[in-house]
Amino acid sequence: MDKTKNKLVLFGEEFWKYRDLLRLLVTRNLKLKYRRSFLGYVWSVLNPLLIMCVMTVVFSTMFSRNIENFPVYLFCGQLLFNYMNNSTHQAISSITGNSALLKKTYVPKYIFTLAKITSCLMDMIFSFGALLIVMLVTRASFSWHFLLFPLVILQLYLFCVGLGLFLSQANVFFRDIGFIYNAVTTAWSYLTPIFYPLEALPEWLIWCVTHLNPMYFYVAQFRDLVYSCTLPDPSMVLAGCGAALVMLAVGIWSFIRSQDKFILYI
Amino acid sequence: MDEKRVMIDVDHVTIRFNLSNQKVDNLKEYFIKFLKRELMFQEFLAVKDVSFQVRQGEAWGLIGTNGSGKSTMLKAISGILKPYRGSISVNGTVAPLIELGAGFDPEMSARENIYLNGCVLGHTEKFMDEHFDEIVDFAEVRDFLDSPLKNYSSGMRARLGFSIATMVKPDILIVDEILAVGDYKFRQKCEKRMKELLSGGTTLLYVSHSIDEVKRLCDHAIWIDKGVERMQGEAKEVCDAYMREMKK
Repeated sequence: MDKTKNKLVLFGEEFWKYRDLLRLLVTRNLKLKYRRSFLGYVWSVLNPLLIMCVMTVVFSTMFSRNIENFPVYLFCGQLLFNYMNNSTHQAISSITGNSALLKKTYVPKYIFTLAKITSCLMDMIFSFGALLIVMLVTRASFSWHFLLFPLVILQLYLFCVGLGLFLSQANVFFRDIGFIYNAVTTAWSYLTPIFYPLEALPEWLIWCVTHLNPMYFYVAQFRDLVYSCTLPDPSMVLAGCGAALVMLAVGIWSFIRSQDKFILYI
Repeated sequence: MDEKRVMIDVDHVTIRFNLSNQKVDNLKEYFIKFLKRELMFQEFLAVKDVSFQVRQGEAWGLIGTNGSGKSTMLKAISGILKPYRGSISVNGTVAPLIELGAGFDPEMSARENIYLNGCVLGHTEKFMDEHFDEIVDFAEVRDFLDSPLKNYSSGMRARLGFSIATMVKPDILIVDEILAVGDYKFRQKCEKRMKELLSGGTTLLYVSHSIDEVKRLCDHAIWIDKGVERMQGEAKEVCDAYMREMKK
């Protein structure tokens, strides 16, 4: 018992020591993304806005009859799912991509994965500007529920950190992970009600999505707050937190178990 | 207490590498090999049962032929590699100069890289603010601060890396044959800097193929040959023995 407590304290001290590194890596990722582009950070708002316009034009002819204010409905799902998708895809190569550094100096290895997930989070928060623009343009109703969105984002963030840690450590040993994961996320995006209403699915699939798809937990909570202006169902909140904590535990456990072997494989 | 504090305690350390003939790094191969029971672990011991103790303020030279495990030893001391058997305990902050500017990002400017590299070495941003001018002046790169590092020459990069790592007065400085790229003037400057650090109580671990440099800088030396310790003790004695062996 004493030994585990000791480890936790050590972990905390190390994290505190390298906190500035994490911050610098996050700003570096953001800076490099938009370096040499004229509009810079504006793209974080403009890009989702443009994609949303395209998707609205395409899908509104298919589903708009049963969904009121389709742009906002779409955007809520799109924003969250894209964050999960981008951050975990970037996290996959976070260890292998920094092999030069990891071979030459001692740095806590999870820092690189954490930095990727966190810089994508920043990017998503910029994209909230686009969501606000869409809501204003479509005259959507605002309510105080909107302000509760950080609670959902926190769950999603922890979930992505866990998933990112798991994927990045697996990718060190099997470089196929990136390709497999591509297929997984494509399937995942179609199984999450982003651009279609949940009711469009057959009954047995609805059960699967609402019970087994963690992204649905977060998208549903977020839509309740922003799109329907109600409080989310407590069972949804519970499922979301549970999924986040389980994923985080799996990620940390697998990462700790294998991190000493990284150096032999990168 | 008469004896100085032990800074690095290397206790019967063995370091193992996985030398599998073909690197298995995708699932398909893994399964095939697994089914054919070919997942053998070909081990290669880079360092075998080496022990030594470094006390505060001492300067140790690691000498030996290419591939004898010197760099591996330094990597284990910096915490990059974990020893397979035995233990290494280190007291104090380590500045590993295993490759100068390992943490540099070629797309970023020198200014940004100084902060990034400082933080990689475990310093806070505030600390780097305070030492920023010192680092720039020592590396003599003030005119090029805002150009991306990819446009720097290797010598300039080495100067920057060295000044970041040594400007912060580490407890332990680990130098692995990195000064070879610098010009004569810069090597002189680095040697002077290392001597200053030494007199200030820093402990030095130094790998070089230039025996003269080892004799000049170090007071102790350890000779590693194919992963096995051959001799340790006073720098002059060990270096002379090593040279005698080489000339045979």
